[in-house]
Amino acid sequence: MNIDRSTVEVAPPEVILSARNIEKRFGAVQALKEVNFDIYRGQVTTLFGENGAGKSTLMKILSGVIAQTAGEIVLEGESVSFSSPSDAEALGITIIHQELSLAPNLNVRDNIFMGRELTKGRGSVDYKEEARQAELLMEELDEPIHPLTLVEDLRVGQQQIVEIARALSKNSRILIMDEPTSALSATEVETLFKVVQDLKNKGVSIVYISHHLEEALQITDHAVVLRDGVMTAYAPRSDIDLQWIVRHMVGESFDLGSPPTGYEQGSTALSIQNLYISDDKVAGRYVVEDLSLDVRAGEIVCIYGLMGAGRTELLECVAGRTRQSKGDILLNSTDVSHYNIAQRIERGLVLVPEDRQRDGLVPTLSVGRNLSLASIHAFTRKGLTSSSLEAEMINSAIDKVHIKTDGGEASIGSLSGGNQQKVVIGKMLATHPDVIILDEPSRGIDVGAKAEVFKLLSQGARRGLAVVFTTSEVSECLSIPHRVLVMSKGRISAEFKPGVTKDEIMAASGESVAA
Amino acid sequence: MSHHNNNALQVEKGSIDIVKILLEGRAFFALIVIIIVFSILSPVYFSTGNFLTMSSHVAVFGLLGIGMLFVILTGGIDLSVGSTLALCGVFAGMLLEGVEIEAFNLAFFPSVWVVVVLTCLLGGLVGAINGVLVAYFKVPAFVATLGMLYVARGAALLLTDGLTFNSLSGDPTLGNTGFEWLGFNKLFGIPVGVLILFCAAVICMLALSRTPFGRWIYSTGGNARAAELSGVPVNRVKLSVYIISGVCAALAGIVLASQLTSAGPTAGTTYELTAIAAVVIGGASLMGGRGTVRNTLLGAFVIGFLADGLVIIGVSAYWQMVFTGSVIVFAVMLNNVQYSAKHKSSQQAEKTTESKREGSRASAT
Repeated sequence: MNIDRSTVEVAPPEVILSARNIEKRFGAVQALKEVNFDIYRGQVTTLFGENGAGKSTLMKILSGVIAQTAGEIVLEGESVSFSSPSDAEALGITIIHQELSLAPNLNVRDNIFMGRELTKGRGSVDYKEEARQAELLMEELDEPIHPLTLVEDLRVGQQQIVEIARALSKNSRILIMDEPTSALSATEVETLFKVVQDLKNKGVSIVYISHHLEEALQITDHAVVLRDGVMTAYAPRSDIDLQWIVRHMVGESFDLGSPPTGYEQGSTALSIQNLYISDDKVAGRYVVEDLSLDVRAGEIVCIYGLMGAGRTELLECVAGRTRQSKGDILLNSTDVSHYNIAQRIERGLVLVPEDRQRDGLVPTLSVGRNLSLASIHAFTRKGLTSSSLEAEMINSAIDKVHIKTDGGEASIGSLSGGNQQKVVIGKMLATHPDVIILDEPSRGIDVGAKAEVFKLLSQGARRGLAVVFTTSEVSECLSIPHRVLVMSKGRISAEFKPGVTKDEIMAASGESVAA
Repeated sequence: MSHHNNNALQVEKGSIDIVKILLEGRAFFALIVIIIVFSILSPVYFSTGNFLTMSSHVAVFGLLGIGMLFVILTGGIDLSVGSTLALCGVFAGMLLEGVEIEAFNLAFFPSVWVVVVLTCLLGGLVGAINGVLVAYFKVPAFVATLGMLYVARGAALLLTDGLTFNSLSGDPTLGNTGFEWLGFNKLFGIPVGVLILFCAAVICMLALSRTPFGRWIYSTGGNARAAELSGVPVNRVKLSVYIISGVCAALAGIVLASQLTSAGPTAGTTYELTAIAAVVIGGASLMGGRGTVRNTLLGAFVIGFLADGLVIIGVSAYWQMVFTGSVIVFAVMLNNVQYSAKHKSSQQAEKTTESKREGSRASAT
């Protein structure tokens, strides 16, 4: 494979762990092919790649979760092999999974020492000593949380730090972080990056995986790109930029599209008027405040905002999951404020939720039945569902949204994240909506799938569909939308036309523009 | 996705078919094994007469099991069916003995079909209370129906003062005869109770597989949040399944009372557990979303034929409990094997059809 060794390093940093010619087969399929991967002492190495490129497989091999089919792992000059994650941990390699593995019902101290409780004599736990060490660890990480705080009372970012503290308490030399920032707010990401910097200074080597390319570039020292199980490129940070990564990830230059033109936009399809949504946590506070928004048929509107800006609350309220405290929601000039979700879908207003595992898919149903779930009545005749009409509908949906699947009978778990997302979108499009609202449609899907989703939305808009989607990636604001709204603290803080720059958007969102 | 890959997949499927068939049809094969083993052990087991007798025992558990299946498919549980069965049984018995309204010095003797309808309504009402508690007051199903288990049993005892109704045959002069026909008699040589089970099963099968309501049940059990956002009336679905379970319990109570020609307030104790066992042996998932009427019926037959077989060959009642319990646990173990095998085969399929997948699994699991 054509590995792009961009430069010859002048003073090569020391390699602490080196994976040589790693191969991994699952049955007949090769997930990793002769991958060479180095981790440098006290530095951050980021692994880039689309969903399914083999990143997780490689990380699972390095952390002992699964064993490689061929190849060797060399840790500080010695060949090692692990038969379980605890073997890897004993050698100082810890992985922090995307889904945190903390027990929310226990406090920080108990989580840090879970499974390795310190004891004094006859098996009784030395809580005092545990608490002291936990406190020290948290202080070291600049997050002085009291060791007796329950983990469920912490913000996700703080929980992440507790997880890091746990890894440190095991004397980890190598820390693998799989998508650590996917659930964090901008300030939490900043804190996390500070912690990573500290860890580097302490000599801890870090492997970082992220879909958020811009963010990863801020922190990494080395970049390794995987594509289809093959390592396609390696370079130190100084030699690369965003385009370089994307080019090697997808194998071609990628464009998320531009606003569709060449047709007349229709009349106002969705009108939100002076909407207030109260905060269920704090009485008297609003998560969305006096928000008004008109979207015309055929228009694509993008709402950019940070976590906690009120985007999800706004969309869930528009879709009918929650009720507003004040204000109206009009669909094609009809007030739908008092309609339930089913009635709104019937009238042509649909939501594609943010978390497709939790809110979008029914894992026990097949791909086809997930696709047809929101429009069962369309293939029901005299009270009975018609399997031929349903199959027709499913096949046309699979075709329309380009889902790569073995067919409607395939299980939903067999699809990649991007295809699962297309199932959720296809399900809602099958109801023939006038307005589709999508909460972070690109979350957790790869660049290729993202481009396809945006293409679908553009096509819909051309046919007169009103599209509203939210995003937390600025680059997406500059793609297909006709209008970019920035939401901050429950209000729309700015409105932009397509030619806006990233800095302007970020400034309006209250985000500090990182250098 | 190329045709080549599809072919490869089919070949692979062919080779694992036998294991798959054995695993998916395990309730059926278990039933066959039970029949063969007991036929060898006892000369009287394998006869039409015995099968019909055993089937009419199964009718009661089968009806309860079908109702339970609906509830379990939505991810709930109904512990009250045994008590509901007893309450409905004594209610039917009371109606058959005549309702006297002393103030007017009047006595009604409703005919049998009126009794049946009223009893089913009572069962539905009990179920509706469960359903409202679960769907609208968000009481955990286990707790709500556990409460109903006590309340319904208490109501049955209060209604009869703890006594049993023994005269269910009615009086020709009052026009309310024929109750025993429901459980005792045969139509086309088949006990009527079994026919009732059969009819209920066909209707429920159709409802689950061919109606929007059935689809709503499966999606509610699979992921209630996603179902709701797709326009499924999740709360109404939950309410409905408890009503169905209550009506099924009422039918079972009628069949049982008719078979025994008596209706007692202590009938059906622990039957809720047998019903759950039938559903589970039939391969349904207690987490909801998976299970079929056909397999639940097979589960009920496995339990019924096993229990009666043990009686016929003279195994003590204590050992019967040990056997039944072991079968239930074994069945659940096989459920886990099946679902993890499914997971694996879908992983295989995914690997074979497209190599760009493993990231999604990490996020899916």
